[in-house]
Amino acid sequence: MPKAVAEIVIVISPLFFIGLISKVKSLWAGRKGAPVLQPYYDFFKLMGKGEVISTTTSPVFRIAPSIGIAATFFALTIIPIPVFGSVIHFEGDFVLFAYLLGLSKFLMVLGALDTGSSFEGMGASREVTYSTIVETAFFIVIGSLALLTRHFSFETIFASVNLASGFSPLVKILLVVSLFIMLLAEGSRVPVDDPNTHLELTMIHEVMVLDYSGPDLAFIQYTASLKMTIISILIADLLVPSSLALIPACALSASIVALVFVSVGVVESLIARSRISHIPQFLFLMTTLSLTSFAVVAFFLFGIIR
Amino acid sequence: MNGAEEMSWLETRNLQSVALGEIPVHPIEMLRRHVIDSVAAGKRLVQFFGDRTDSGDTIYAVLADDNASRLYIASSLLRGRKSFASMTPEVPAAHLFERELYEEFGIEPVGHPWLKPLRKGIPGIDENEDQYGFFSMKGEEVHEVGVGPIHAGVIEPGHFRFSCHGEKVYQLEIKLGFQHRGVEELFVRNASRPIYLEKLAESVAGDTVIGHAGGFIRAYESLAGTSVPRRAKVIRTVALELERIAVHLGDLSALSGDVAYLTGNSVFGALRTKVINTTMAICGNRFGRGLMKLGGVDFDFTPDLHDRILDTINKLEDDVALASEVLFSSASVLERFEKTGVVSKETATAIGMVGPAARASGVPVDVRSDHPFGGFEFLAVHKLTLPGGDVFARAYLRFIEIQQSLKIISEQLGGLTVGPVRQTAGLPAADRIVVSLTEGWRGEIAYVLISDSEANIRKVKVKDPSFNNWFALSLAVRGEGISDFPLCNKSFNLSYCGFDL
Repeated sequence: MPKAVAEIVIVISPLFFIGLISKVKSLWAGRKGAPVLQPYYDFFKLMGKGEVISTTTSPVFRIAPSIGIAATFFALTIIPIPVFGSVIHFEGDFVLFAYLLGLSKFLMVLGALDTGSSFEGMGASREVTYSTIVETAFFIVIGSLALLTRHFSFETIFASVNLASGFSPLVKILLVVSLFIMLLAEGSRVPVDDPNTHLELTMIHEVMVLDYSGPDLAFIQYTASLKMTIISILIADLLVPSSLALIPACALSASIVALVFVSVGVVESLIARSRISHIPQFLFLMTTLSLTSFAVVAFFLFGIIR
Repeated sequence: MNGAEEMSWLETRNLQSVALGEIPVHPIEMLRRHVIDSVAAGKRLVQFFGDRTDSGDTIYAVLADDNASRLYIASSLLRGRKSFASMTPEVPAAHLFERELYEEFGIEPVGHPWLKPLRKGIPGIDENEDQYGFFSMKGEEVHEVGVGPIHAGVIEPGHFRFSCHGEKVYQLEIKLGFQHRGVEELFVRNASRPIYLEKLAESVAGDTVIGHAGGFIRAYESLAGTSVPRRAKVIRTVALELERIAVHLGDLSALSGDVAYLTGNSVFGALRTKVINTTMAICGNRFGRGLMKLGGVDFDFTPDLHDRILDTINKLEDDVALASEVLFSSASVLERFEKTGVVSKETATAIGMVGPAARASGVPVDVRSDHPFGGFEFLAVHKLTLPGGDVFARAYLRFIEIQQSLKIISEQLGGLTVGPVRQTAGLPAADRIVVSLTEGWRGEIAYVLISDSEANIRKVKVKDPSFNNWFALSLAVRGEGISDFPLCNKSFNLSYCGFDL
């Protein structure tokens, strides 16, 4: 029962965190800013609207946002919530997790290409290019955790990550930064993408959804925020000790997730967006960090245990 | 200048009206030759336009010698001829002038490499959009991206067509003219209504109110022989520099916004508000509308206002320095600005670029010191140039120009004399021509006014600096990533309506 409550809270919370990012950015810029709950108003506003659907599109365009949100919900059930654990878990479930996120993205790309717009085609091509880097790095992240704990399911990995060895703090730091970079990339935030721009030529995620309106757009925006929340929960999984009692664990997890989003806001306030041609360099940082952690686990820890 | 050249050009200066009869008239081939030779000798093509009267079409050419502060005018009477050999291949700066001539009078520059409609289309020749003939590239992975004329955000209409290979831009073609209002004709049609003329000049480009109004008004005053009180000249200079500071600050804010650099975006935006509020304190309008009048200005500086402006300027100096230090030391911003959208000095000179965009490519052109007008007659303005020609240079030049303008304003306010701020403006003298150059924030604004034998203004030729600089944008983005186009575009910040007239 408490697990169900936790899942429901997580399903409701992503838009709050998006509001939190905006609030941080506003305060940084010296403005009052929109209310933190603004994304919810926007969500319900969009849900109440009609849709304009381009006559050049096929049914793929129509179903992409719905399948995207469904796949992301499914992915949510696989990740363990600190102390509560996950709804579904089995050996190798993180592979399913990665491909559920991949499926959601694949359909968005198809939907974008379906419009036939040159803008959306460019956005889709960029999205796919960067995803190939991020996805690989994600598997290295999980791979080093699996190697460290000798487990192959999210739940058991995170349950034992704290007990595994004295090297885990170092590995954890590397992996937390990796996951944060993944969050910036998957969430289309600065320096990878600029969520606030009106300049179609520079966009990645935003340009792919230009043709969506009404409930479909609401789904897409929600999906994006849920994805970020999921990744921030993975960060919390790494940092929250499994020995904590229920209440402190919940409080700590929520604070970590909130802190992750505040950090996104701070990053967006302090640095400019990268040149498109330099974004892979930034994303390869995630690859490098995860490879380093993999190397630490493999060479030192693995060797010592032997 | 030797004897032969003296015969071919009438030498004059900025704002010095001359009798129409004094202008040398050449056969068109000779005029063409003279322009080509003079440009090769280092002069700059300022205007090249047609004028239709009962006696036929006349072409006027105006050149500037920036080092000697001289302007040169010559003309050619076409006597029914409808074509001449294009000089664009030799003088790339003539490119748009010749297209304009073709569009307005059907006079064809034979051999022009890029002869297309400029603004409104050519009646009977190019009424159909499909006949425009966009440049297109063929190739397996080459794709075209069309942007506009309707854009996201608050942007004027203009069509941009990119030929790309992946993210790389090979070629950009810009089609403008969607805002053509017939400004030049409106000037002539309402020549007897001074208030209308003042308002119209303010509206040529909405972001250059003081610049355009000043350019037109000084030309009119010169034709009418009106001498403007010294105090009014100072107030006009202060207003012009405030306009420059405000737009430059706005541009730095927008440049920061385009690279998603929040701090710069908000800080420079806030500073700009302080400046336009100062302009509002002067004349009641944040963009300076209603200030510039024939014969002077409509608002005087009270002691309170004088102190308020000085106070704002002093505070601004520190704030701008601080904000710029943060902006220009941010690695992530520099990564976007440096080596992006480079225009070389040779290109800038060849295509006749003007204003800060030219100075950022190392071309020393600044009307304020080359051809002093108004208050700048008593004021030495040091020409600021930077060598890079990239987005960084255009951004950084704005910062140092802001500092320079702040100094100019405080100097001007220090030397404010007592006296009237407006003189009754007279009527234009008959059969005269005057060239009025103004350094607006975007660069050289050129007005040419011609009066007829009954002392009416018969012809008004307007050139916004955007006319010179749009082509530079096309060249700047060649070889760049298409995602950097908005940044390059913003670094020029050109006017659509100023071009479309």
